Amino acid sequence: MASGVRPRVKVPRSASAGETITIKTLISHQMESGQRKDSDGNTIPRSIINRFVVDFNGENVLDVKMEPAISTNPYFEFEAKVPESGDFHFTWYDDDGSVYEDTQTIEVS
Amino acid sequence: MTVLPYRANAAVEDFVNEFTGGAEVAEGGVDLIAPEIAENGNTVPIEVAAEGASAIMVLAAGNPTPPVATFNFGPLAGASRAATRIRLAQTQDVIAIAKLADGSFARTSSLVKVTIGGCGG
Repeated sequence: MASGVRPRVKVPRSASAGETITIKTLISHQMESGQRKDSDGNTIPRSIINRFVVDFNGENVLDVKMEPAISTNPYFEFEAKVPESGDFHFTWYDDDGSVYEDTQTIEVS
Repeated sequence: MTVLPYRANAAVEDFVNEFTGGAEVAEGGVDLIAPEIAENGNTVPIEVAAEGASAIMVLAAGNPTPPVATFNFGPLAGASRAATRIRLAQTQDVIAIAKLADGSFARTSSLVKVTIGGCGG
Protein backbone atom coordinates (compact mmCIF):
# COMPACT_ATOMS: atom_id res chain seq x y z
CA MET A 1 0.00 0.00 0.00
CA ALA A 2 1.14 3.45 -0.77
CA SER A 3 1.20 5.71 2.24
CA GLY A 4 2.36 9.25 2.85
CA VAL A 5 1.95 10.18 -0.78
CA ARG A 6 2.39 13.91 -1.18
CA PRO A 7 2.52 15.76 -4.50
CA ARG A 8 4.70 18.84 -4.84
CA VAL A 9 4.45 21.09 -7.86
CA LYS A 10 6.40 24.16 -8.90
CA VAL A 11 4.64 26.50 -11.33
CA PRO A 12 5.54 30.18 -11.82
CA ARG A 13 2.93 32.47 -10.32
CA SER A 14 2.69 34.66 -13.39
CA ALA A 15 3.62 34.69 -17.05
CA SER A 16 2.95 36.67 -20.17
CA ALA A 17 0.41 35.41 -22.70
CA GLY A 18 1.73 32.62 -24.91
CA GLU A 19 4.88 32.25 -22.86
CA THR A 20 6.49 28.83 -22.42
CA ILE A 21 7.10 28.03 -18.78
CA THR A 22 8.96 25.22 -17.04
CA ILE A 23 7.08 23.11 -14.52
CA LYS A 24 8.64 20.74 -12.00
CA THR A 25 6.73 18.07 -10.12
CA LEU A 26 7.67 15.57 -7.45
CA ILE A 27 5.45 13.10 -5.68
CA SER A 28 6.57 11.05 -2.70
CA HIS A 29 5.90 7.40 -3.50
CA GLN A 30 7.92 4.25 -2.92
CA MET A 31 7.40 2.98 -6.51
CA GLU A 32 7.81 -0.67 -5.53
CA SER A 33 9.08 -2.25 -8.74
CA GLY A 34 7.83 -5.81 -8.25
CA GLN A 35 11.42 -7.00 -8.78
CA ARG A 36 12.62 -6.87 -5.18
CA LYS A 37 12.45 -9.69 -2.67
CA ASP A 38 11.91 -9.43 1.08
CA SER A 39 14.17 -11.11 3.68
CA ASP A 40 12.25 -14.39 3.28
CA GLY A 41 12.85 -14.45 -0.46
CA ASN A 42 9.27 -13.60 -1.39
CA THR A 43 8.75 -11.14 -4.20
CA ILE A 44 7.39 -7.82 -2.99
CA PRO A 45 4.39 -7.06 -5.19
CA ARG A 46 4.55 -4.17 -7.62
CA SER A 47 2.97 -0.94 -6.41
CA ILE A 48 3.69 2.11 -8.53
CA ILE A 49 2.13 5.23 -9.96
CA ASN A 50 1.45 4.21 -13.56
CA ARG A 51 0.24 7.43 -15.14
CA PHE A 52 0.77 11.17 -14.75
CA VAL A 53 -1.39 13.73 -16.54
CA VAL A 54 -1.11 17.51 -16.73
CA ASP A 55 -3.92 19.68 -18.10
CA PHE A 56 -4.30 23.43 -18.37
CA ASN A 57 -7.87 24.76 -18.41
CA GLY A 58 -9.01 21.35 -19.62
CA GLU A 59 -6.49 21.07 -22.45
CA ASN A 60 -3.72 18.50 -22.30
CA VAL A 61 -0.08 19.40 -21.71
CA LEU A 62 1.52 16.07 -20.90
CA ASP A 63 0.40 12.49 -20.39
CA VAL A 64 3.07 10.07 -19.17
CA LYS A 65 2.78 6.30 -19.05
CA MET A 66 5.02 5.22 -16.20
CA GLU A 67 6.70 1.85 -15.67
CA PRO A 68 8.48 0.34 -12.65
CA ALA A 69 11.78 1.76 -13.96
CA ILE A 70 10.75 5.24 -12.83
CA SER A 71 12.63 6.06 -9.61
CA THR A 72 11.19 6.34 -6.12
CA ASN A 73 9.50 9.73 -5.62
CA PRO A 74 8.79 10.30 -9.33
CA TYR A 75 10.13 13.61 -10.61
CA PHE A 76 9.17 15.30 -13.85
CA GLU A 77 10.30 18.51 -15.46
CA PHE A 78 8.64 19.74 -18.64
CA GLU A 79 7.42 22.80 -20.51
CA ALA A 80 3.96 24.24 -21.02
CA LYS A 81 2.42 27.05 -23.04
CA VAL A 82 0.10 29.39 -21.18
CA PRO A 83 -2.32 31.18 -23.52
CA GLU A 84 -4.38 32.75 -20.70
CA SER A 85 -4.83 32.85 -16.94
CA GLY A 86 -6.06 29.62 -15.48
CA ASP A 87 -5.36 26.44 -13.58
CA PHE A 88 -2.87 23.68 -14.11
CA HIS A 89 -4.34 20.40 -13.02
CA PHE A 90 -1.99 17.56 -12.09
CA THR A 91 -3.19 13.96 -11.67
CA TRP A 92 -1.24 10.86 -10.65
CA TYR A 93 -2.82 7.41 -10.96
CA ASP A 94 -1.69 4.67 -8.55
CA ASP A 95 -1.74 0.91 -9.23
CA ASP A 96 -4.02 0.52 -6.20
CA GLY A 97 -6.66 2.77 -7.75
CA SER A 98 -5.77 5.85 -5.72
CA VAL A 99 -5.71 9.16 -7.56
CA TYR A 100 -3.59 12.05 -6.31
CA GLU A 101 -4.33 15.56 -7.51
CA ASP A 102 -2.97 19.06 -7.29
CA THR A 103 -4.01 22.35 -8.87
CA GLN A 104 -1.93 25.48 -9.40
CA THR A 105 -3.21 28.82 -10.64
CA ILE A 106 -1.20 31.04 -12.95
CA GLU A 107 -1.85 34.71 -13.68
CA VAL A 108 -1.26 35.74 -17.29
CA SER A 109 -0.84 39.40 -18.12
CA MET B 1 26.80 1.79 -35.60
CA THR B 2 27.62 0.78 -32.08
CA VAL B 3 27.39 -2.84 -31.08
CA LEU B 4 24.87 -3.28 -28.30
CA PRO B 5 26.33 -4.97 -25.23
CA TYR B 6 25.06 -8.48 -24.38
CA ARG B 7 21.79 -9.81 -25.81
CA ALA B 8 20.51 -6.63 -27.44
CA ASN B 9 17.40 -8.54 -26.96
CA ALA B 10 14.45 -9.25 -29.12
CA ALA B 11 12.17 -7.98 -26.34
CA VAL B 12 13.43 -4.45 -26.88
CA GLU B 13 12.64 -4.65 -30.59
CA ASP B 14 9.17 -5.93 -29.73
CA PHE B 15 8.51 -2.86 -27.62
CA VAL B 16 9.86 -0.66 -30.40
CA ASN B 17 7.56 -2.32 -32.93
CA GLU B 18 4.59 -1.95 -30.63
CA PHE B 19 5.27 1.78 -30.41
CA THR B 20 5.99 2.34 -34.10
CA GLY B 21 3.52 -0.15 -35.53
CA GLY B 22 6.41 -1.69 -37.45
CA ALA B 23 7.30 1.54 -39.25
CA GLU B 24 10.88 2.30 -40.14
CA VAL B 25 12.90 4.12 -37.51
CA ALA B 26 15.60 6.61 -38.44
CA GLU B 27 18.74 6.98 -36.36
CA GLY B 28 19.15 10.37 -34.68
CA GLY B 29 16.69 13.22 -34.52
CA VAL B 30 16.02 12.66 -30.84
CA ASP B 31 17.99 14.20 -28.01
CA LEU B 32 18.67 11.91 -25.08
CA ILE B 33 20.67 13.38 -22.26
CA ALA B 34 21.89 10.75 -19.82
CA PRO B 35 25.00 10.55 -17.68
CA GLU B 36 27.95 8.55 -18.97
CA ILE B 37 28.45 7.06 -15.53
CA ALA B 38 25.69 6.66 -12.96
CA GLU B 39 27.02 5.90 -9.51
CA ASN B 40 23.59 4.96 -8.25
CA GLY B 41 21.33 3.05 -10.62
CA ASN B 42 18.34 3.78 -8.41
CA THR B 43 18.03 7.31 -9.62
CA VAL B 44 19.58 8.24 -12.94
CA PRO B 45 18.58 11.64 -14.32
CA ILE B 46 17.63 11.61 -18.00
CA GLU B 47 16.13 14.12 -20.39
CA VAL B 48 14.53 13.51 -23.77
CA ALA B 49 13.58 16.00 -26.46
CA ALA B 50 12.60 15.88 -30.11
CA GLU B 51 11.31 18.91 -31.95
CA GLY B 52 7.61 18.63 -32.72
CA ALA B 53 7.34 15.05 -31.46
CA SER B 54 3.92 13.94 -30.28
CA ALA B 55 5.33 11.12 -28.16
CA ILE B 56 8.68 9.85 -26.92
CA MET B 57 9.18 6.37 -25.50
CA VAL B 58 12.14 5.50 -23.28
CA LEU B 59 13.48 1.95 -22.97
CA ALA B 60 16.25 0.51 -20.81
CA ALA B 61 17.60 -2.44 -22.76
CA GLY B 62 19.32 -4.12 -19.82
CA ASN B 63 16.53 -3.88 -17.23
CA PRO B 64 14.42 -6.94 -16.31
CA THR B 65 11.56 -5.19 -18.12
CA PRO B 66 12.75 -2.66 -20.73
CA PRO B 67 9.91 -0.08 -20.74
CA VAL B 68 10.65 3.02 -18.66
CA ALA B 69 8.09 5.63 -19.69
CA THR B 70 6.19 7.05 -22.63
CA PHE B 71 5.72 10.81 -22.77
CA ASN B 72 2.71 11.99 -24.78
CA PHE B 73 2.79 15.71 -25.50
CA GLY B 74 -0.52 17.56 -25.67
CA PRO B 75 -1.48 20.72 -27.58
CA LEU B 76 -0.27 22.91 -24.71
CA ALA B 77 3.15 21.32 -24.36
CA GLY B 78 5.70 24.13 -24.59
CA ALA B 79 8.22 21.83 -26.22
CA SER B 80 8.47 18.10 -26.74
CA ARG B 81 10.92 17.83 -23.89
CA ALA B 82 10.79 16.13 -20.50
CA ALA B 83 13.18 15.18 -17.74
CA THR B 84 12.81 12.52 -15.08
CA ARG B 85 14.79 10.05 -12.97
CA ILE B 86 14.95 6.37 -13.78
CA ARG B 87 16.22 3.06 -12.44
CA LEU B 88 18.90 1.10 -14.26
CA ALA B 89 19.71 -2.44 -13.12
CA GLN B 90 23.16 -2.52 -14.72
CA THR B 91 25.39 -0.89 -17.29
CA GLN B 92 23.29 -0.69 -20.44
CA ASP B 93 21.90 1.27 -23.35
CA VAL B 94 19.07 3.68 -22.71
CA ILE B 95 16.97 4.13 -25.85
CA ALA B 96 14.64 6.97 -26.79
CA ILE B 97 12.21 6.68 -29.70
CA ALA B 98 10.19 9.66 -30.86
CA LYS B 99 7.10 9.90 -32.99
CA LEU B 100 7.80 13.04 -34.98
CA ALA B 101 5.33 15.63 -36.23
CA ASP B 102 5.23 14.10 -39.73
CA GLY B 103 4.40 10.67 -38.32
CA SER B 104 7.85 9.20 -38.85
CA PHE B 105 9.95 7.71 -36.07
CA ALA B 106 13.46 8.43 -34.86
CA ARG B 107 15.59 6.75 -32.24
CA THR B 108 18.79 7.31 -30.38
CA SER B 109 20.58 5.45 -27.63
CA SER B 110 23.10 6.25 -24.97
CA LEU B 111 25.30 3.89 -22.98
CA VAL B 112 25.11 4.48 -19.23
CA LYS B 113 27.65 2.81 -16.97
CA VAL B 114 26.06 1.86 -13.67
CA THR B 115 28.16 1.33 -10.55
CA ILE B 116 25.40 0.20 -8.18
CA GLY B 117 22.37 -1.49 -9.77
CA GLY B 118 18.93 -0.11 -9.20
CA CYS B 119 16.68 -3.12 -8.91
CA GLY B 120 17.46 -4.36 -5.42
CA GLY B 121 18.71 -7.81 -4.47
